[in-house]
Amino acid sequence: MPEISMRVNGTDRTVRVENRTLLVHALRDGLRLTGTHVGCDTSQCGACTIHVDGAPVKACSMLAVEADGAEVETIEGQAMSDGSLNTIQQAFQDHHGLQCGFCTPGMVMATAALLRENPKPGDAEIRHALKGNICRCTGYQGIVNAILAASGQPVPAAMDSEPAPVAAE
Amino acid sequence: MYDFDFANPATLDEAVAALGRGDAQALAGGQTYLPALRQRLAAPDTIVSLKRVEGLSDIEATVDTLRIGAMATHARIARETADRFPALSRLAGNIGDMAVRSRGTLGGSLANNDPSACYPAMALATGATIHTNARDIAAEDFFRGMFETALDDGEIITAVTVPVAQAAHYEKFVQRASRFALVGVFAARYPDGARVAVTGASSGGVFRWTEAEERLSDRFEASALDGLTIAPDDMIEDLHATKPYRAHLVSVMTRRAVEHA
Amino acid sequence: MLDGGIGTATKRREDVRFLMGRGKYTDDHTPAGTCYAAFARSDMAHGRIVSIDAAAAEGMPGVLAVFTGADFADVGSNPAGWLINSRDGTPMYEPKRPVLAHGKVRHVGDAYAAVIAETREQAMDAVEALEVEIEPLDAVVDMAAALADGDNRVHDDLPGNQCFDWGWIEDNREATAAAIEAAPHVTTLELVNNRLVPNAIEPRCSIGEYDPGTGDYKLTTTSQNPHLTRLLISAFVLGIPENKLTVIGPDVGGGFGSKIYHYGEEALVLSAAKRLGRPVKWTATRSEAFLTDAHGRDHVTRIELACETDGTFIAFRTETMANVGAYLSNFSTATPTFLHGTLMAGNYTVPNVYVNVKAVFTNTAPVDAYRGAGRPEATYSLERVIDKCARELGIDPIAIRRKNFIQPDQYPYASAAGLEYDSGNYDALMDVLERRADLAGFEGRRAESERRGKLRGLGINSYIEACGIAPSNLVGQLGSRVGLYDAATVRVNATGNISVMVGAHSHGQGHETAFPQIVADMLGVDPATIEIVHGDTSKIPFGMGTYGSRSLAVCGSAVHRATEKVIVKARKIAAHMMSVSADDVDFADGQFSVPGTNKFVAWGDVALKAYIPHDFPLEEIEPGLEETAFYDPANFTYPSGAYACEVEVDPETGVVDVVSMVAADDFGNVVNPLIVTGQVQGGLAQGIGQALLEQTTYDADGQLLSASYMDYAMPRADDLPTLVVDHSSVTECTHNPLGVKGCGEAGAIGSPPTVVNAVIDALARGGHDVAHIDMPLTPVRVWTALQQA
Ligand SMILES: Cc1cc2nc3c(=O)[nH]c(=O)nc-3n(C[C@H](O)[C@H](O)[C@H](O)COP(=O)(O)OP(=O)(O)OC[C@H]3O[C@@H](n4cnc5c(N)ncnc54)[C@H](O)[C@@H]3O)c2cc1C
Ligand code: FES
Ligand code: FES
Repeated sequence: MPEISMRVNGTDRTVRVENRTLLVHALRDGLRLTGTHVGCDTSQCGACTIHVDGAPVKACSMLAVEADGAEVETIEGQAMSDGSLNTIQQAFQDHHGLQCGFCTPGMVMATAALLRENPKPGDAEIRHALKGNICRCTGYQGIVNAILAASGQPVPAAMDSEPAPVAAE
Repeated sequence: MYDFDFANPATLDEAVAALGRGDAQALAGGQTYLPALRQRLAAPDTIVSLKRVEGLSDIEATVDTLRIGAMATHARIARETADRFPALSRLAGNIGDMAVRSRGTLGGSLANNDPSACYPAMALATGATIHTNARDIAAEDFFRGMFETALDDGEIITAVTVPVAQAAHYEKFVQRASRFALVGVFAARYPDGARVAVTGASSGGVFRWTEAEERLSDRFEASALDGLTIAPDDMIEDLHATKPYRAHLVSVMTRRAVEHA
Repeated sequence: MLDGGIGTATKRREDVRFLMGRGKYTDDHTPAGTCYAAFARSDMAHGRIVSIDAAAAEGMPGVLAVFTGADFADVGSNPAGWLINSRDGTPMYEPKRPVLAHGKVRHVGDAYAAVIAETREQAMDAVEALEVEIEPLDAVVDMAAALADGDNRVHDDLPGNQCFDWGWIEDNREATAAAIEAAPHVTTLELVNNRLVPNAIEPRCSIGEYDPGTGDYKLTTTSQNPHLTRLLISAFVLGIPENKLTVIGPDVGGGFGSKIYHYGEEALVLSAAKRLGRPVKWTATRSEAFLTDAHGRDHVTRIELACETDGTFIAFRTETMANVGAYLSNFSTATPTFLHGTLMAGNYTVPNVYVNVKAVFTNTAPVDAYRGAGRPEATYSLERVIDKCARELGIDPIAIRRKNFIQPDQYPYASAAGLEYDSGNYDALMDVLERRADLAGFEGRRAESERRGKLRGLGINSYIEACGIAPSNLVGQLGSRVGLYDAATVRVNATGNISVMVGAHSHGQGHETAFPQIVADMLGVDPATIEIVHGDTSKIPFGMGTYGSRSLAVCGSAVHRATEKVIVKARKIAAHMMSVSADDVDFADGQFSVPGTNKFVAWGDVALKAYIPHDFPLEEIEPGLEETAFYDPANFTYPSGAYACEVEVDPETGVVDVVSMVAADDFGNVVNPLIVTGQVQGGLAQGIGQALLEQTTYDADGQLLSASYMDYAMPRADDLPTLVVDHSSVTECTHNPLGVKGCGEAGAIGSPPTVVNAVIDALARGGHDVAHIDMPLTPVRVWTALQQA
């Protein structure tokens, strides 16, 4: 079985795989990085979205052997160095951008890729950019709001029947 | 998925050699082929990755053409053709999603010739030339019906030369589940006339709509198409659309493509 | 209001682990020594199993065992939870539902064998090496044909494929018929409530473990209700005693109904774990999910609305065929009956209601409760026929609804469909809606759309639903085999922090945040000191789980009751500490005090004392501070709402764009508005998906054509407008201690008819006389309707 080396979230890792092993399984089963999820078998749900050499990639649609030598970023490497949530993650919590949390790692990684290309996306641009990430829980409103907030833009006051959220304990 | 050997050649010659052995299959972006493997729809004994092969992803511009490497990703094409050929750039920027675009390639899409893929319409409507390790193939001769192309076994697309149109637009009516084209029309105006290619609609795969081309060659305006329809007989019928609806969409999308060109 | 208590929009604490990739879903667990199961599934809808030869498969690399239906021929059947009687009093037909198909396969995806191997891929390789002969039989797919054709049978001893023929309320049948006969106006509508695939984004997954030393089994599984799963496995399927079986539903990636039910794969991994002495894991692919998760809806209905010419309702009569698929999934018989028929009076003072439901077996995947479960079907039929009626009579759609609304002074209100509504104010909701949706500005927006060549329409809907299932005595009379109470234990630890063990299961609903708000509010302590424990039968007292928008109304009430008991006990301890009588002790803001004196003890001191009871009068006070409550509701709760939606239709292509969606709901009291808003928005997306996108199609041979995301259109971000949610209009539930009603399904119930009403309105305003289009309103359907209009 081939052994591949990747730099994962800033650390050099090696893992043994079969040629047929998908990158997502190398991460989940080989490296025990189970934050990257599998939601489909047709490359459409985006639950497995990670970054490879700086670009968003569906980890289910790439062979592990193709990632030999690559720089890989996953959800596990997104938090700030002090362990607190980064801006995007914090915005997801603030704006209720997740419910069951299963699509969430992919959403956060897709958002990071989007904001790198387009630091202030509008509502339509955000929705366009999320085409490859399916969420069954949220209706996407909390996610769109979170991305607006993460990029320093005002969130629509659509829900003005409510008090503003307060900090979690 | 079934297991296979994996070859990761650095040169075209090595890739060609690897593809010549046994039941080998090229892997480009993998955005079509890996899902197929995952569902055990194919069982090659060797996968030959084209990622490392030198010189396959460059995009070069001449006065009136773009020569695009087969391994250029949709994301790169969207980025790098925005000035020279906005219609192509927008087409590429609308394929799949961000992640698909950062892996999927022009060559892979053409080689696959999915009846609802976008690039085949572009290639046909621009009169592109498909370069392989062995020869040059006119787009006209390349597409041979659904999932069929002129490529021989083991033949590798290396680049595509696309004549840049004076005006062009790709109008895509999305199939709401897959987000591929339910019907997509690429309309382009060249000094010697207009070309219109239609994807997603016909059971024969991507095709040129010559009646529309004739009218638009006289006058490249949407109104030139007034009253023009296409017969539904050869259209695809599936759970997303009936034949008459697809035929109807062909005319509507063609008109809109011309309006936006 | 306590800061962080009831009514506070507290951010969810569980988010942190999910956002960091530290959630622990079932597939994230891989106990040492895990091997993997893969299933051989029928590729034909109906066939007789002639032979299965496993010899070659057993010899494949890594293969550890092969199971077939014969291995489970002697174990029990996975049962239907409700026994329904037909109109003539005969009991429904309940077929055996085996762990693995035996004798016949009855739908595409029906598993007839399983292979266990060292790796997932090896197991899949070996499945392909099974030599199987299945003799094809004609598939029963269409419901009307299934009922008509006595020879073509899903279950060999059931000619005609009818599970039951149910009437509700049978005694109203004649009166309703007479009322319709005599009515000056009758509107009739035939419609299809389209079949849906639930599509929680986490596919199902189960891990079986067995400890040969103790004989203990453990099942880690994607479940909305671990106790119910344990009950089904223990009492019906495998007979493993409850005290030898732990079922854990860890983090679960959405359910929407599909993870309520016990599935054969769970029994298989447990049995295999015992045989092999190793953990056995199975993870569904999305393709398997499409073929085998219990689907939702799938009703074919004819509804009649009889009324006066001024729009006063006289009667609703409904005739429905409900597809139950090939086997009876656990709630499949309750969903089209008691969760549907009982709601057929809507929010209206209609005197006559009669519902007839024929449940039909077909060679398709089982159909069961999916978000809303029966109530979306009821609401859709009612609100579509009301809209059609208003159009026929030339009455404004809001006016016709307001005219028939039950009025606030009429509660408790006995509906003609047999329920007693406890509270509501539907006009108030409509008022909120008119304001939030700026209905006054519609005409301006319509004119603007028209300038862009688009037909704009406005859809209105009002709904009522029954949540918080349910009073055990009532559901027992109606045929339920289980009680539908819930349980909670509040454990105050010695240093004052609190563990709350709840029977509800959170798979997106935010219980870890919301339940502490209740306890904190009652005890006057910091919510951060309260932890929720759920999803593990070895840690929590009992629970019927999370579905039917019941978690807060039923389990939250159990939490409330248990906390009350804790306060009673703590008061006794405090009284003892202050040497006064418990009656003299006040409790407020986390402190016990004696009014009129300066005596007080703090919460923490009482907690500590409970565990250091050196001077307790033991005959009066036991040590410890922990209480359990089982709460059985006195009635359903009745959330209601008024929804508005605006669509733009492209007349040239039939494309429908939802440009606005406003939901005004009455959920009773709201514990955490942030979470409630998210629940409604999620439901709205699913409802819009049902209305416009989601199409489950079996062909005549029983092949599922929409079997992946390539063909089954899931709502994506760019399919949806800004989802505006308002839950400021509140009438409290009168019979639970929190005054709450439940919000989890509202959006999915209220939105489909709103969208369809809007499209029909848009077409009508554009001069197209289209009475109805069946969901999903895909471009081709809308365009075709326009061609025919
Ligand atoms: C979610 C999703 C959405 C998509 N949406 C769209 C869409 O809207 N429109 C659209 O057009 N496409 C769409 N696609 C398809 C996408 O564009 C694919 O990337 C493309 O069709 C195949 O390119 P690839 O580089 O990924 O090829 P691969 O998957 O690697 O290969 C495809 C086939 O081509 C062969 N091949 C690849 N490269 C060469 C070469 N240079 N020479 C010879 N043979 C070669 C391979 O052997 C294989 O048989 C979508 C895909 C996904 C997963
Ligand atoms: S698992 Fe990768 S896209 Fe669904
Ligand atoms: S939060 Fe559950 S799928 Fe998105």
